[in-house]
Amino acid sequence: MMRRDSSSEFRTGIQAGLAFALPTFVLAVSFGVLARSLDWGVVAPIVFSAVVFSGSAQFAVADVLDAGGSAIAAIVAAILVNARFAVMGVAVASSLHGGRIRRALEAQATVDASWAIANRGGGRFERDVLIGATLPQYIAWVGGTALGVLVGDAVDAEALGLDVLFPAFFLGLLIEELRRGRRQVAAAAIACAVSLALVPLTPPGIPIIAACLGALLGLWGRRAP
Amino acid sequence: MTAVWTSIVVLAVANFVIKAAGPVLLGGRELPRPVLDVIALLAPAILAALVVVGTFSEDRSLRIDAQTAGVAVAGAAFVLRASMLVAIFLGALTAALLRAL
Repeated sequence: MMRRDSSSEFRTGIQAGLAFALPTFVLAVSFGVLARSLDWGVVAPIVFSAVVFSGSAQFAVADVLDAGGSAIAAIVAAILVNARFAVMGVAVASSLHGGRIRRALEAQATVDASWAIANRGGGRFERDVLIGATLPQYIAWVGGTALGVLVGDAVDAEALGLDVLFPAFFLGLLIEELRRGRRQVAAAAIACAVSLALVPLTPPGIPIIAACLGALLGLWGRRAP
Repeated sequence: MTAVWTSIVVLAVANFVIKAAGPVLLGGRELPRPVLDVIALLAPAILAALVVVGTFSEDRSLRIDAQTAGVAVAGAAFVLRASMLVAIFLGALTAALLRAL
């Protein structure tokens, strides 16, 4: 394969990332509107998007707090949802450059779409594509959140069906996971059963955390990847 | 500090650490296989719980309503390989229409 220079790979990444900027923007606007409807104020949702930059973590927090769960339950749920980035981080580790601090900063570009775009197979990732693809998504995420917060007061989230967004977004990510194999399906099935059974019995947030028991299935009957 | 701000500050740090951990600690080395296998299944397990709890629960009871119908329509669209944007739009539209009836 011809070796292309890093700035052209970076442009390739930005172009690929632009395709994800629109859905990211729409999702961010909805997050802003919903955060406003949950009485989070104007500043907090925008700061949340700027410093955490993770739809799944932010939606998880909104879900748990809206259901009356504690900050600890919300944080644990969000960390468990984002544990997948630890796996993705391990995968991209050898493709990043520089010393520890630079690698830590470059690793922040790891988001679902960019990770998939930068994947070259066989455990190789194109670092410049990863970073380039994340840039437009970051701008869309923070800008969309700001717009959503600002128009949030004028919008009735339930009448527009926006409460469907959180679970539907998670369902989209889940179905991608389920396509990876039967073990994912089995883990998800256990998680559904555990969490629904606990809803009437435990404080909000606990059912979602308890559902990670389903992941222990990973200890059984392992096969070569 | 409110629960929202606590969550924001803690998650800003946690998210940074989660993403940086692999590249900083491992370089090119791999985690033990069983650990990777469990971590790999965390995402489907937690996502499934977020979907069913978000869709079927209201406070501490279970229910089926316009939101449930909207999520089901979005799910059908995902299975038919619709994009995230299209599937979510169809789901929200379904719930909005049911509520407008």
